[in-house]
Amino acid sequence: MPSRSKREWREETLRPALERRPERLPAFATESGLEQDAVYAPSDLEEAGFDYRRDLGDPGEAPYTRGVQPNMYRGRLWTMRQYSGYSTAKESNRRYRYLLAQGQTGLSVAFDLPTQLGYDSDNPIAQGEVGKVGAPICHLDDMEELLEGIPLDRVSASMTINATASVLLCLYVAVARKRGVALSELSGTLQNDILKEYIARGTYIYPPQPSMRLVVDVFKHCSAHLPKWNTISVSGYHMREAGATAAQELAFTFANAIEYVGAAVNAGLDVDAFSGRVSFFFAAHNDLFEEAAKFRAARRLWARIMKERFHARSPRSMKLRFHTQTAGVTLTAQQPDNNVVRTTVQALSAVLGGAQSLHVNSRDEALSLPSEESVQLSLRAQQILAHETGVADVADPLGGSYYVEDLTRRLEEAALEHIDRIDALGGAVAALEQGYQMGEIHQAAFRHQMEVEEGRRAIVGVNRYVTGEPPPRGRTGVDREASLRQMARLRRVRAERDGAAAGSALSRLADVARSGDNTVEAILECVESYCTLGEICDVFRGVFGEHRETASV
Amino acid sequence: MLERRRKIRVLVAKPGLDGHDRGAKVIARSLRDAGMEVIYTGIRQTPQMIVEAAVQEDVDVIGLSILSGAHMELFPEILAGLRENGMEDVLLLAGGIIPVEDHEPLGEMGLNGIFGPGSSTKDIVKFIKDTVEERPFS
Repeated sequence: MPSRSKREWREETLRPALERRPERLPAFATESGLEQDAVYAPSDLEEAGFDYRRDLGDPGEAPYTRGVQPNMYRGRLWTMRQYSGYSTAKESNRRYRYLLAQGQTGLSVAFDLPTQLGYDSDNPIAQGEVGKVGAPICHLDDMEELLEGIPLDRVSASMTINATASVLLCLYVAVARKRGVALSELSGTLQNDILKEYIARGTYIYPPQPSMRLVVDVFKHCSAHLPKWNTISVSGYHMREAGATAAQELAFTFANAIEYVGAAVNAGLDVDAFSGRVSFFFAAHNDLFEEAAKFRAARRLWARIMKERFHARSPRSMKLRFHTQTAGVTLTAQQPDNNVVRTTVQALSAVLGGAQSLHVNSRDEALSLPSEESVQLSLRAQQILAHETGVADVADPLGGSYYVEDLTRRLEEAALEHIDRIDALGGAVAALEQGYQMGEIHQAAFRHQMEVEEGRRAIVGVNRYVTGEPPPRGRTGVDREASLRQMARLRRVRAERDGAAAGSALSRLADVARSGDNTVEAILECVESYCTLGEICDVFRGVFGEHRETASV
Repeated sequence: MLERRRKIRVLVAKPGLDGHDRGAKVIARSLRDAGMEVIYTGIRQTPQMIVEAAVQEDVDVIGLSILSGAHMELFPEILAGLRENGMEDVLLLAGGIIPVEDHEPLGEMGLNGIFGPGSSTKDIVKFIKDTVEERPFS
């Protein structure tokens, strides 16, 4: 029997009430601008043709809207993975061991910007940047120090590294080989998502085409040698942080993913042989239900893309597994303790949305790098959600909510519209070469800023409930001595290695880069000969050239 | 006869290696909408590149946006470069993640203002317009 329509309710019940009690705002919309009705009812689902089997499926079953595991967090909680790294490899290692001792269940390595951009710590361009936003890793000794005492066969490591991803992967593998750890036991994730670097994050080195080749080289190498390694983490996070809406985050991420899968298939890989090792990374923003719906929509979209576009057969290829980080842009410098509340709600959206791993930002990150106490509080927020609130005990607890199902559908539809536009431009690479995604993101960011300044979008402590107190002091900078020690180590490694072996490894790498063969084995030989990251990337710069941004606003 | 006056010229620059350009781009567009002439450098600019651009474009204002934490190393070089080129009068502003304890030393070095997270673009426009006189064409 069809349910009573919302129109009748609106006429008979809502309208008279509104005459006595008008609404707070002229119109209501989600954080991303999707219109919100006053309430959602069975009729909303009926009108949209909602079909449980087709649109949701049970947990662990296609299209995986309700989660990729049949019992979700009843079996295993999400991985609590706080992104960290700073100063030196040694200091970062100390932090990792501390976090693991506090109950963190996976590593997440932050590299400093010179490492992300393929510069050794003593390159003049690295001035002031060494050890600032992550650990500086230039050679095998640095990587050994970073991973000292960490059981590589038991702890999974996620590495936020893109333009230099294959070099850092080889360094990791070289440490495992030195220690005699079986490569088949290594588990972890390489971000290795270069396309979003051009769109939003900025740590690209080479032009898009050769960069795509390096990405695919990693896919190929890992499918043969590192079966438990996630070869890419296709990331919407940074595009969202740069200003994208929830639907754009989904669309731009999947448009990039479509390029990667397409490139791998074109390179001769069987789609089901590597797609199971493709993982994702999304932001968890403020709008609780919209974000939970976004994660559900993401799973459904990916399952459909893999099945319909790429004709994947293995369920594993269709299952979207993702990491989540709370939204850095929502952190305020004003009244920074408020950020604890924000990040907790954001983290809740990730859990309600079925994330596989989670990083919770720290309250002081709009001021400086986070303090140890703040990072610990972020980890505690995760532990409280996991163990005290009961939210992890039932799979997809929001499934069936009229509102959340409607949002899930609308986000999927909006994302598909953006994907269609990118397809029409020739795919994600062609679109970014035309500046399409960047323009869309910039428009959304500007709109957001104007809404805040005009008071149409509330931020407690910034444009509402403002107090005059100056922001508190943040953590003081990384000590300068540390970067001097880092440079001394680098000089020692260059002086003590077998120079001839290093030189011939680099020239073999140049040959391979020019030839079109897989670069990973050649990089591995370089790192095991103690070639530095900067030397390896200079070889690639020589062969591939460097990408220059066409700056526009 | 009224003297023709040129628009306030602003260089929005991103020193350091970080790629977080959301703020820089929003500021650039807001200043342009407020009637200023804006030159945006793009990311990963060295101090030397920024000084060269400022000289070449003959700007009245430089807005530096940095989130990498390298400001204490890079800003002094930019200031020195501006002095060497006789551009000490240029209004030098900064935004991004700049911890409070660095504000005072940066002010002593010659930075004229810091607009951190949560700043309103209207306040920045007002600050620039109150400080910089539109000057005649030279």
